[in-house]
Amino acid sequence: MQNRNEMKLEFDARSINEGFARMAVAAFITGENPTLDEISDIKTAVSEAVTNAIIHGYDNPEQKVMLTCRIEGKKIEIIVEDKGKGIADVKMAMEPFYTTKPELERSGMGFAFMEAFMDEVQVTSTVGEGTRVVMQKKLGA
Amino acid sequence: MQNYYEREDGSLTVFMPKEIDHHQANQLRMETDLLIETYHVRHLVFDFSKTEFMDSSGIGVIIGRCKNLGYQGGQVSAKNLNERIQKIFLVSGLQKIIKIEEK
Repeated sequence: MQNRNEMKLEFDARSINEGFARMAVAAFITGENPTLDEISDIKTAVSEAVTNAIIHGYDNPEQKVMLTCRIEGKKIEIIVEDKGKGIADVKMAMEPFYTTKPELERSGMGFAFMEAFMDEVQVTSTVGEGTRVVMQKKLGA
Repeated sequence: MQNYYEREDGSLTVFMPKEIDHHQANQLRMETDLLIETYHVRHLVFDFSKTEFMDSSGIGVIIGRCKNLGYQGGQVSAKNLNERIQKIFLVSGLQKIIKIEEK
């Protein structure tokens, strides 16, 4: 039988937790013997998704970001969810260099990075209800 | 100042932190801009010798400084990129925008 493992985290939408979130995922998947490059790819994607939830999902840092990491054999699945503002046009949001916060010098590369460093990225969002990002990567691919 | 900087004539070297994300980026941006303005910096160098992690927030900081300095006829370059940072530069297309100094 292939190995399975899952963890869930819920944390404040504060920027200091961006580092915590990617470290926690990196630590959780260490047992699967990922390469350093795979760990870095996954950390970058987690950082992007969590940063989006914090910057775009919420205005109030006491609201929560939910992170799930699931291991199924060689497949790593990461889900980042917020119950914030949601995205009106997901397709537009995923275009490289598109940003709704140029004043914060956001590069608009967040989703492009997630797609570059993971195998699959699915985004579902409802305005006023929140956003859910599901990302998958197969180790040793 | 939380980060390290080195200044020589009109040039400023920014020693990038170990991890550059949105949380780190704000401080880095404020400090760098203050120094650029105070010392009339014409040549800005981002040194990545200590950097192990950077996400797209770091790209935003670099592109922002390129724009600001570009308006004033200044120049921006990067050096000491490890493999990871090279990959980030490649994916973002940053290596086409700024000069990468050879070791």
